[in-house]
This record gives sequence, C-alpha cells and structure tokens, in this order.
Amino acid sequence: MGISTIFIANRGEIAVRIIRAARELGLRTVQAVSVADGDMLAARLADAVGPVGPAHATKSYLNKEAVVRAALETGCDAVHPGYGFLSENADFAQMVEESGLVFIGPKPETIRQMGDKARARQEAQAAGVPTVPGTDGVVADLETAKSEAARIGYPVMIKAAAGGGGRGIRVARDEAELSVEFPQASGEARAAFGDGGLYLERFIGRARHIEVQVLGDGERAVHLFERECSLQRRRQKVWEEAPAACLTREQRAALCSSAVRLAERVGYRGAGTLEYLFDDTTGEFFFIEMNTRIQVEHPVTEMVTGVDLVRAMIRIARGEPLALSQEDIVLKGHAIEARICAEDPAADFRPSPGTVSALAVPGGFGVRFDTLLYAGYTVPPFYDSLLGKLIAHDENRTAAIVRLDRALGELTIEGLPTTAPLHRALAANQAVQAGTLHTRWLEEWLSSAPLAVPASPIIATPA
Amino acid sequence: MAKTIQAPLPGTFYRSAAPGEPAFKSLGDVVAVGDTIGLIEVMKSFTPVIAEEAGTLTAFHVENEDAVMAGQPLYDLDA
Repeated sequence: MGISTIFIANRGEIAVRIIRAARELGLRTVQAVSVADGDMLAARLADAVGPVGPAHATKSYLNKEAVVRAALETGCDAVHPGYGFLSENADFAQMVEESGLVFIGPKPETIRQMGDKARARQEAQAAGVPTVPGTDGVVADLETAKSEAARIGYPVMIKAAAGGGGRGIRVARDEAELSVEFPQASGEARAAFGDGGLYLERFIGRARHIEVQVLGDGERAVHLFERECSLQRRRQKVWEEAPAACLTREQRAALCSSAVRLAERVGYRGAGTLEYLFDDTTGEFFFIEMNTRIQVEHPVTEMVTGVDLVRAMIRIARGEPLALSQEDIVLKGHAIEARICAEDPAADFRPSPGTVSALAVPGGFGVRFDTLLYAGYTVPPFYDSLLGKLIAHDENRTAAIVRLDRALGELTIEGLPTTAPLHRALAANQAVQAGTLHTRWLEEWLSSAPLAVPASPIIATPA
Repeated sequence: MAKTIQAPLPGTFYRSAAPGEPAFKSLGDVVAVGDTIGLIEVMKSFTPVIAEEAGTLTAFHVENEDAVMAGQPLYDLDA
C-alpha cells in the first residue's frame, strides 16, 4: 500500500501535527478546509487544500461524502482522520477504503466492534481484562439485587437500563440503602423512560482515569505505557500526564499487559487507547472503553517514550509491520500536558473565540507547544475551543510541574481569554503537586473557591 | 417602527431547540421580552438569544444553522 499524499480530514492543532509527521516521511499533504478555515495554520502548512463545505462541521468535516470526494479530487491516496469528527466512524473508514484510499487507522470492523460498549466489554472479558463488576443485564427484583450486590461489592450503582447520559443513576452504600433505593429507582425509571428495568454496577467513587496507549499492526501489538487523565471538567480532560504516578511497578505491568492482550485479540491496527478506571484504595483497575484513534493527549506518551505515534500510524497504514518490540519502549521521566483552550476560566469557562493580537510561544529544554495559533489568526467560533497543548517533560513529576509552570509563565496569548491561568493555579495546587487526584477533583475544587491565579511561579525549584 | 436585532456573539444560529423540533419563533409571531428567539452555538456550547424588546417578528436575516458573526443582523421586530 503505497502512500504519497495524505488527505488531512481534520483541522486545528492535530492537522498541523499530522502534516509535520507526513512531511518528515517525505509525503505530501492536502488539508481539508471548511469555508471558515481557509486561513488556519494547517491550511498554510499543507502542500494543498481541499474544500469540504460550509463552516458548520456537520456540513463539512463531518460530511463523509464531501470528505472522501475532496480526498479523491485532490489526488490523495490516504486519509488521516485525526481525533474527533469522523475518526471513530466505522462507516467513514469503510467508505474511505471502498474508494480505494488508505484509512490511517484501524479496520472499519475494529472501529465498529470497539465502538459498541457491550461488545468491547465482552472482548475485554474474553481477553482476561477486568471490567467494572456488574450484573449480566437487568435485575428482576430486590431479592436478586441484594444477592447480586453482595457478589459485586458495595457501594453499587443502580442504573436504569433505558437511561443514558448519566440519567437514572443512584448509588447504594449498603443493603439497607439498596432496599430503599431499588424500588424507587425502578418506579422513576418507569416514569422517565417507560421501562423500569435496572442493572447494578460497582460504584467507584474516587476513581482515577488511567489509559494505556497501544500500537498494533493487525497482528502484533505493543503498549507505550499509560497516561493519567483524572483532571477533568464536564468529562473533558484538562491536564494529562505520563506515566500515572500512582501505579506501582506491578500494577503498571498488569495494566499495560492487559491492554496488549485486548489489542492483539481484536487484531488492532494503528494507534489506540484503552481507558480504565483505577481505584487506588484497592489497586483494582477496570477497562471501560477503547478509543480507536490518536488522542489529544498523545504527546505526553511521545515525550516519555521517544516514539512518534503519528509517524508510526502512517507507517503501519502503508503496510509496514510494527517497527518496535516491547523491549524497545522504555519509560523515561515524566510529562504533563496542559490543554490551552479559548475559554475564560474567570467567567465559568465561557467560550471565547477571537483574534490573537500577540503570541509568544514557550520554549527551552523539555518543552513542546502543539498549537493551531499564529499572531493575527482569528479563532473561529464554529469548532471546539482547543488552541494548543503545552507539554513539559522532565526527570520526574515534581520537576515536570516546575517546568510546566515555567513554560506557562512564558506563554502569551493576547486578544482572547484562555485557560492558561487555570493551569498555573493547578501547578501551584498542593493536591495536584501531591498527585492525590480523582476524576471529580477538579470540579469540586473549582466549585469550592474562586480561581486564584498566581502572579509568579510558586513552586520552589527542587534542589 | 421596525428594528433590527443583531447577533450578540459569533457562532451557528439555530431557530429550534433540536433538529425536528418546532421553531422558537416564526414570522408574524408576537415576541415578549425574555422570549427565546433562537440559539447560538459557540465552540460546542449553546447560548440562547433572548428578546430584550417586545414586538412582532417581521424578518429573519439568517437561516437555521447559518454561521453568524457578532453584530450581524439576526431578525427584525415591529414594535
């Protein structure tokens, strides 16, 4: 499968990232552009552009037919979907392949298989990967619920089978609570969803979000260790690290090898991520889902392993077997990524598109800034708010936080508010420094006190 | 007297709460202060466009799902 020109079916910083990797492999790139994106950085850096339609993403970047047509009309032979948009759309991947183009990612069937949470859970169980303990389907009555809850272990989540999006969920800490909550939840579910069916799942209150990066060539897979992404707001990751400092050597080995087992079981091709919940009070981890694409936070893994994940994706897509064996991949130091978004943290994270009047990009040893910005660029209001990712890498976690704070101090984005002040406050926070975090920590912290933004670095540099 | 109301912020303008739902307001409708005229989606978050003046809706300057810039004419009211 020869690849000479890649169609970048995405925008923003990930498009820039892919263009750079392609250029280093000697490949041409054609950048997809909506009418709102003609002047974006990726459009300037690519060898050519391919119009995909109107500003609104559903009519352009999410329009499968328009994207494939643009790729064919501009003479491309491969499509890189980036993250978001059509990156995990199995029908799109299939359409790309049926058009004679190479899809830089997993096989359409793998995307379909792992995109279905129930099927992914079954595959995980078959590969011996722990999943969140729960009932096999709907629980008939309270007596069954009691015996099932005893087997699963308290606290348990009572979930409406017909619910979704976080609706119809209750937590019972013991059998007495279950006896009260279960009948009520059933009545509520019937009223809200027309179906009183309930199932039970272990409730992990102080979970950490830990995910394992894998690369596969369709037969063999390797892991590139894990990332911790517990700092989240509205289920959006805000700050990501590699590795997860809370894991012991044994826990890391068990977690990462489980990810490789699952990736090899499904014949995974390309870069992928297996997401887990980790309960650091018990040391247990549970697979929740797989992302069958490159992720926003991939640079922290690149920094601690020295592996260019996007380049690896392209090489795998053009038919090369995995160039890495597991022994080649060595964890070195610690990396942290701060997502810099066009949102105002002082005004409840209000989206803030606008024109960048001045830009100063941080640099120096161990600092990387993956961004879509240039001075004079107008950030359009039509897409997500990510402006860039500031990544700091150093010998250990404490030093990486210091380096991140130093780099944040050098970052200047004028003309629109950004979340950079939030990251300075996080770097200064004792709990963040101590790493005592869980997935609800950030929202609890933000609601407990107004954001205090330090004016100058507050962490003493380690001797 | 006709008055043109401008978009308060840039983004994508929607005339109904979700695809397939009825429009918040249609031509000829009477608008009261506080009524929702539409939604503007900015970077994946939705802000309602709330009427600050009352009147009769006589024109829309943008279609459903059109891209709008801040200050662009949205609709006309006859007081």
